[in-house]
Amino acid sequence: MNRSRPEPVQVVKQRRDAALAALVEAVPYIRFLGITFDRRGDELTAILNFDEKLIGNPFLPAIHGGVTAAFLEVTSVVTLNWAHLWPKIESGELDPNELTAGKLPRQPKTIDFTVDYLRSGLPRDAYARATVNRAGRRYASVHVEAWQDHKDRLFAQATGHFLIPQDPVKKD
Amino acid sequence: MADKTQLARQFIEAIPHARELGMVLTEIGDGMAEITMAYDEKLIGDPETGVIHGGAVSAVMDTCCGAAVMSHPSAPGGTATIDLRIDYMRAATPGQTIVTRATCHHITRNVAFVRAVAMDDDSDRPVATASGAFTVEKGF
Repeated sequence: MNRSRPEPVQVVKQRRDAALAALVEAVPYIRFLGITFDRRGDELTAILNFDEKLIGNPFLPAIHGGVTAAFLEVTSVVTLNWAHLWPKIESGELDPNELTAGKLPRQPKTIDFTVDYLRSGLPRDAYARATVNRAGRRYASVHVEAWQDHKDRLFAQATGHFLIPQDPVKKD
Repeated sequence: MADKTQLARQFIEAIPHARELGMVLTEIGDGMAEITMAYDEKLIGDPETGVIHGGAVSAVMDTCCGAAVMSHPSAPGGTATIDLRIDYMRAATPGQTIVTRATCHHITRNVAFVRAVAMDDDSDRPVATASGAFTVEKGF
């Protein structure tokens, strides 16, 4: 049995983290909302870092419903894009160092997005994870859940449908 | 009536996130509201095309729907979103202002039903539509 030696851990981490950072940092709106991503293998957790500008009801106070919707949508799009690009990142077809503005792969487009508000968003950090329940050739269905203090006490969840970007047809 | 409209206007204009996104309440009253949001580079969701992020459209839609509920003659106070569905018809044209219009078409003691539409300069082809259910609160 002759098995190729596994890549060194730093090489694997560096490649994956660089690819994720490139996808996230290229989007101005993600930076504006202060959303960052944690990665464990291919699993992503989005973090909405609290800031006063995210407040929707100053009397409670509570996070703006639109911010919650945006946070869930950003988490869904990034998770879907990440799942879609992962094989290409791992195979070396996509070079993370070349994932800069002007060379980014096309992103999934939202068709519809339905947010279910379960409790008010408290003025503190929030977390979200999305699951791609189905990814066909053209359409994907994604479910996303967000929490603050307890993972099993969600403050919002959403389901969305997305159009998968098509690779340009190669003509010979 | 004028008081309610005034209260709703003050409430919307006091929202930190609405200010941050540059939302302007252009019309309000009788369960109807119109809010505009000028194009800004910080709202870009697709750096390749400059198209604003769907989440930013959701934020104006949500605010506009809430404003429509508060301005309804039968609404006693504030409101919170129960659920909101957004359908994205097309990408908003980069550089153009988003105009959203929401109507609270039915209200009970506990629930308000709202529909909204978002447009850019081409008002014949909506950018997105929304439909949602909101709570009916006694106070703010």
